[in-house]
Amino acid sequence: MLDSTEDGYTTADGRKIGGVLMEMKNITLRFGGVVAIKDISFDIREGEIRAIIGPNGAGKSSMLNVISGFYVPQEGEVIFRGQKRPQMKPYQVAQQGIARTFQNIALFEGMSVLNNVMTGRLTHMHSNIAQQAFWWGKAQKEEVENREKVEEIIDFLEIQAIRKTPVSRLPYGLKKRVELARALAAEPKLLLLDEPMAGMNVEEKEDMSRFILDVNDEFGTTIALIEHDMGVVMDLSDRVVVMDYGKKIGDGTPDEVRNNQDVIDAYLGVSHD
Amino acid sequence: MPEQFLFAVEVTLNGLMAGVLYALVALGFVLIFKASGIFNYAQGVFALFAALTLVGIMDGQVPFAHLINTIFGTDVHHFGWHVPSLLAILLTVAVMVVLAIIVERYILRHLVNQPDIILFMATIGLAYFMEGFGDIMWGSDIKKLDVGLPQGGNFWIEENTTWLGFGNENFYGFFLDSLDLVATVIAALLVTGLVLFSQYTKQGRAMRAVADDHQAALSVGISLRFIWVLVWSIAGFVALVAGIMWGSKSGVQFSLSLIALKALPVLMLGGFTSIPGAIVGGLIIGVGEKLFEFTVGSYIGGATENWFAYVLALIFLVFRPQGLFGEKIIERV
Repeated sequence: MLDSTEDGYTTADGRKIGGVLMEMKNITLRFGGVVAIKDISFDIREGEIRAIIGPNGAGKSSMLNVISGFYVPQEGEVIFRGQKRPQMKPYQVAQQGIARTFQNIALFEGMSVLNNVMTGRLTHMHSNIAQQAFWWGKAQKEEVENREKVEEIIDFLEIQAIRKTPVSRLPYGLKKRVELARALAAEPKLLLLDEPMAGMNVEEKEDMSRFILDVNDEFGTTIALIEHDMGVVMDLSDRVVVMDYGKKIGDGTPDEVRNNQDVIDAYLGVSHD
Repeated sequence: MPEQFLFAVEVTLNGLMAGVLYALVALGFVLIFKASGIFNYAQGVFALFAALTLVGIMDGQVPFAHLINTIFGTDVHHFGWHVPSLLAILLTVAVMVVLAIIVERYILRHLVNQPDIILFMATIGLAYFMEGFGDIMWGSDIKKLDVGLPQGGNFWIEENTTWLGFGNENFYGFFLDSLDLVATVIAALLVTGLVLFSQYTKQGRAMRAVADDHQAALSVGISLRFIWVLVWSIAGFVALVAGIMWGSKSGVQFSLSLIALKALPVLMLGGFTSIPGAIVGGLIIGVGEKLFEFTVGSYIGGATENWFAYVLALIFLVFRPQGLFGEKIIERV
């Protein structure tokens, strides 16, 4: 169905998708005796929106945590931009250009929206602690430049009105958007979204979908997301990985996945007789 | 009556300045508690250790002299040089940074994700260890600390406030301690610096981020270890400042580590998570205990300063457990 080549393909709506950005190779993750992810391989290509779906407990979030370095798989390789990734701390993964949001929003509640988004720029600030302490050398210039970038993103996600509001006072839907803004501020090479639309009403979901598409379109950001809402996933994503009980049961375009018998069984249930 | 009033003002001023010193100690607690959720019982001992190290370096003491002499049968005590106070302070700061690195490397790193009480117990252990270590390193005798800060009453203020008595024979002007005045100025500078650092710098922002949410902090590329070392170093620096002030006032001795106990009521009043709270709490306790002694003390036999702060803290615990500025803890069911 896809015009697939070694270095990319063209989507149904005519967007050019590039080469492989990240490759997960035979990933297995265990917690004690429980196997959360079992021998899964897939890739994420440059510029695409890649979804990971599956029923509850399928191991989707675990997979996202492996990509972002929060979990270390027992077996398998993570290949990022053509290089095998050595074992890394989550903050080092972030410094490599992989930003993420969390299923249960993890914002800095005590800080303003602006400061929250500014923390997303930390990986782009290189002045050392002495320069910072005395506001000297490139520290000041850096702060101004990053501030400009942050304002750009705040405009883009239409949260100007709440720039100075402490995050703790915001409603759920807006918190989700601020979290997206913070991840986006890092100008990530790969953006990971863990259930970006969980717990939202229809209107908020539509807003969020639009922002995700806009981000991909405007900045060309590669996005990998986990989502429960099948309708949303099928509309948004270019390719979908389907997981069930830690195993991969489907991988392809939304249409391919929709017609895959294993996927239908996993979602609708099947009698074992 | 005006005479009584003037005395009350004098007592209040002295109370405010005593409060600044309490606030300095409390500040060290707040910094660490905010960033890592650890109540650092050893903060008082840090102040003692910092002051001991400072005196030791200034006087050119040989560290572990007693130990060396016992083992090798030598008789060394001093290198025979004197280090200027500013250089000695810088060296002591370096020692406190090394201490922070050691604490992170050998204690915190192994106790990540443990319950708070375990971390608290670890700091109690650290406190006793540091106490003994400080003794072995620099000796347990009472030392005089003189980094060149002014001592004694401030005559300038005394002379220039005499007129407030309007010819009253018993009023000689406000008596304020010069050291207290200097301590107030230094504490104000320190707090301003800390606030600016935490609000307007990259590391400050990272520090607040870590204080707020570890997961989220990791996801934006902050190294928790680096921030912990940074926070404990800053707390060590604050301990040094507190140690210099208290040490200059009453000599560097074991009792210095007990000022930590005085910081507890300050924290209960101000809230464990608030820097302004630590300062306001310190001032309230400083003024409160001096005024209480001045007004009520003589009727009930005096020495109220020993317990006033704790009773005040107890009352606060009953009516406002989160303190004046602390975050209210709301449990959702």
